[in-house]
Amino acid sequence: MTAYREVRVRTPLALKILPVLSIASFFFLWEFVVRSGIVPSTMLAAPSDVARLFVVKLTQADPDGALLQEHAWVSIQEAFTGYFLSLAVGIPLGLAMGWFVMAEGLARPVFEIIRPIPPVAWIPLTIFWFGIGLPGKVFIIFLGGLVPCVINAYVGVKMTNPTLIQMARTYGASDWQIFRQLCIPSALPMVFGALQIALACCWTNLVAAELLAADAGLGFLITMGRRLAMPEMVVLGMVMVGLTGAVIGVVIDCVEKRLLAGIRR
Amino acid sequence: MTTPTPAPKGKIVCTHVSKTFIQKGKQEVPVLDDVSVEVQENEFLVILGPGQCGKSTLLRIIAGLETPTTGSVTLAGADGVAREVTGPGPDRGLVFQGYMLFPWKTVLGNVEMGPRLRGLSGAKCREIARHYIELVGLTGFEDHYPHQLSGGMKQRVGIARVYANSPEVMLLDEPFGQLDAQTRIFMEQETVRIWQAEQRTVLFVTNNIDEALFLGDRIVTMEGKLPGRVQTVYNVNLPRPRDFTDMEFLRIRQEIIDASQLTL
Repeated sequence: MTAYREVRVRTPLALKILPVLSIASFFFLWEFVVRSGIVPSTMLAAPSDVARLFVVKLTQADPDGALLQEHAWVSIQEAFTGYFLSLAVGIPLGLAMGWFVMAEGLARPVFEIIRPIPPVAWIPLTIFWFGIGLPGKVFIIFLGGLVPCVINAYVGVKMTNPTLIQMARTYGASDWQIFRQLCIPSALPMVFGALQIALACCWTNLVAAELLAADAGLGFLITMGRRLAMPEMVVLGMVMVGLTGAVIGVVIDCVEKRLLAGIRR
Repeated sequence: MTTPTPAPKGKIVCTHVSKTFIQKGKQEVPVLDDVSVEVQENEFLVILGPGQCGKSTLLRIIAGLETPTTGSVTLAGADGVAREVTGPGPDRGLVFQGYMLFPWKTVLGNVEMGPRLRGLSGAKCREIARHYIELVGLTGFEDHYPHQLSGGMKQRVGIARVYANSPEVMLLDEPFGQLDAQTRIFMEQETVRIWQAEQRTVLFVTNNIDEALFLGDRIVTMEGKLPGRVQTVYNVNLPRPRDFTDMEFLRIRQEIIDASQLTL
């Protein structure tokens, strides 16, 4: 097997420095507008205040009742439970809907009715059903992740090269064999796309759910910051949501690359 | 393939096959009109015609991917009993115009697809696949993926895959149409070599007169406009491998060209 080594073009030094410069000036400007009083400190916290609170919150549960890592852990648990549930239900459902006429006829109409309802709109109902604990939020997150999983898996199967299906038929392949050996591998790139999209949807809906109904979690931290009139806590919650989401995204990306390495052409 | 019909005449028998496609709901497009063709056992029959003459449709009808509007196609099984073709099946192996390989499977994985679908053991599948990979001259490339192969090599995989499924007849739909001229001539030579090594009933569709003359025991020419009709049948009684500059070769070639100019 011969593989070509890609030719790397050396990036000019200026281009390497620019991103660093961009971030540094962003934080500098942010710090400046708060410190100088252009923006009152009741409306926005300076980055240095956020960083100080970050360190404090690692060891101190007050005033919101839990340590920062505990909030993050609650959020991650909720997000991942909902995320994996949506994958486990949505991907097989979408794959089946793409190939089996019966599955499409049965599931598609209901799915099309539920699809346009934003998961957040389910929050009041889930509070009736589950209260404000973990199950309700998992349900919201599940709904959020379900839609991209179903759509991507469905479209992935539908995009299977029809001539390849005919080819398999001339070899006497059964419907089930074509589904397993042809449609599913064809749909895999789209399904992997769904892993990323669903995660983003789950994470977004998690924060929305926690903002409205929670007693812990990063979204709850943001709400508490608002209630206690502590902008630095609001910003800390936002930063943590972004950082944690980014880290999870990178992890999923690595997993995807490893899995796809053997499949991609 | 249910009703046995008596007195099989050839391996594949197309009787008065017509096909009309319905386009955009209403407009009827007649593609084949009253085509009767017979392919004998172990014969290499070439169907020759210009583009858009219905020759691929005829092949797809024989493969069972299309149903004829009128007429019928029968295929004689290994037991000699002719049965009507009603759908695709492993008794007819089709080599596609595009290569139609599984991009995520290796050469070996692609070639052993037929035996695997029939539920043979892994070792047996591999043995069959290796045999035909060797036959088409791809030994050493078993673990390559299609994207790592040239066009000619991909179509060799396609041919090995059909062989490995040991069909009663092989149907080839302009298999070398996407290859450059030199690779094409080489693949034609290879096709003759492979066919002579393991004789099968072959129905080969092409738009290339030289290719038809180089390969076929008989050549069925089709008229150059829709609906497709059989024009003439030529017997090519030349020894193989054939010489593109042989007098008889050139004589039949000129005859086909003269005849086709009348219909175009």
